[in-house]
Amino acid sequence: MMEIALTDMVFYLFAAVTVASGVLVISARNPVHSVLWLILAFFSAAGLFVLMGAEFLAMLLVVVYVGAVAVLFLFVVMMLDINFTELRQGMLQHLPLGGLIGLVLLGELVALASAWYFGEDVAKNAASPTPAIESASNTEALGQLLYTDYIFIFQTAGLILLVAMIGAIVLTLRDRPGVRRQSIAAQVNRRPEEAFDLVDVETGKGVSLPGKKG
Amino acid sequence: MVDALYTLFGGEGQFLYLIAIVAAVLAIALPLLIAVAFAVYFDRKIWAAVQMRRGPNVVGPFGLLQSFADGLKLFLKETIIPAGANKVIFLLAPMLTFTLALISWAVIPFDEGMAISDLNVGIMYILAISSLGVYGIIMSGWASNSRYAFLGALRSAAQMVSYEVSIGFVLICVLVFAGSLNLSDIVDAQAGGAHKWYMWPLAPIYVIFFISALAETNRPPFDLPEAEAELVAGYQVEYSSMAFALFFLGEYANILLMSAVMAILFLGGWHSPIPGDDIIPGFIWMLLKIGFGFFMFAMVKAFVPRYRYDQLMRLGWKVFLPLSLAFVVFYSGIAVYGGFLPSGS
Repeated sequence: MMEIALTDMVFYLFAAVTVASGVLVISARNPVHSVLWLILAFFSAAGLFVLMGAEFLAMLLVVVYVGAVAVLFLFVVMMLDINFTELRQGMLQHLPLGGLIGLVLLGELVALASAWYFGEDVAKNAASPTPAIESASNTEALGQLLYTDYIFIFQTAGLILLVAMIGAIVLTLRDRPGVRRQSIAAQVNRRPEEAFDLVDVETGKGVSLPGKKG
Repeated sequence: MVDALYTLFGGEGQFLYLIAIVAAVLAIALPLLIAVAFAVYFDRKIWAAVQMRRGPNVVGPFGLLQSFADGLKLFLKETIIPAGANKVIFLLAPMLTFTLALISWAVIPFDEGMAISDLNVGIMYILAISSLGVYGIIMSGWASNSRYAFLGALRSAAQMVSYEVSIGFVLICVLVFAGSLNLSDIVDAQAGGAHKWYMWPLAPIYVIFFISALAETNRPPFDLPEAEAELVAGYQVEYSSMAFALFFLGEYANILLMSAVMAILFLGGWHSPIPGDDIIPGFIWMLLKIGFGFFMFAMVKAFVPRYRYDQLMRLGWKVFLPLSLAFVVFYSGIAVYGGFLPSGS
């Protein structure tokens, strides 16, 4: 009985932190603070995953979203030169439009939730491919699903990411003429003999340029 | 470990369980902090020995108490907060770094069942926490409101994100053979003497992991975030007193953690190198292996000159990333077609 109370407490803690930091993301005045609140939101969402027994997803959320995506967010936001007062003036101006969009979204969600019904064989389909939770660990169950039944969708998702990555490289890579590039192989293969000469200089006589004897 | 303490305390009630958890955490964290103090001392001693100096030798016998004297000095100093700094984040950053350096140790098994939490996804947990470590550095660099600190933070962020990729691939190679994300299972897969350790079949991957770990912990030759010649001290430049001490302790705790992870992944964890030997407890073997990893970290610091930043990025993205990816394919092929796949899958 006591144990249930403790997990409940932890759940409400994580949930409250998620919601509160989500609100602070949009209400914080400093964009860097916004990103930091966003990170906290991600992190407590990962905590919620752990509570539901999906520890692999939780770790993945932290590694991918907190460890990589949010770092890039923070990177970009820190580099931006933003005028904070100007930014806040725009907020009230766009409030009606933003509020309207929010209301429409909420309405659609409500409509969807009320019209939602499960197809006849959904329960059977959902139950059959999943390995029993008692016998397989979280990671194993996910892997067996992703690499068997959903292999094509999984591979397609990977392919889309690859295309996006190549697209970003193509967009930013410009071939400019006359750029001096360093060749690592040439630098590594350089030997002392070709790099410098040892010359005995007699008193009162100068040194001529290398390669131009006489 | 928590359960063992729980039964030791009498094993009744939720409150006692909480006390058992706290006791387990203290049993790992306190020796760890003392170990960090001595690690700093040994690091300086090894460095000095390579350069034929004496190193710290004044405070206590052989200078053993040097780190404690330094800690006391830092504790008594004034905490200076720059006028232009963002106070909250400025103070939060070192605390975050230190906390993250400590909580990774929750999943490290020192012996059979001797971990605070034997997570199913232990290795993912370590990867997740180490990817969070970059925030302490970015936050400190930004909140200091100083050019040097910001440049150091940017360098560090790019560096840690880059080398995490190759660390991820290295981990996949180990996981293919071990067949589990659980650290204790990975150790147990290497039981039965030194010839079973993954450092032999996975030797190239071991080297890649070690070098990536150097970059991940901002150690020389990859200590560009704090390159004293160009950036004074990088992200730490505005910090003084305990705030600086927290960064320092966090850094060394991370180095010890990386040594422990190397011991678990490649050196057979708590298992003895001699088959069938159970005279020396596994706990001692684990500590010896962590010490070996730390010794290598310390030696590299003394041997190798600092990389240039473009060389660092080139090594991470153009050498290690394709190389480790190729090794993932290679080792997976060996595991599947050579019949080395772990049983149960």
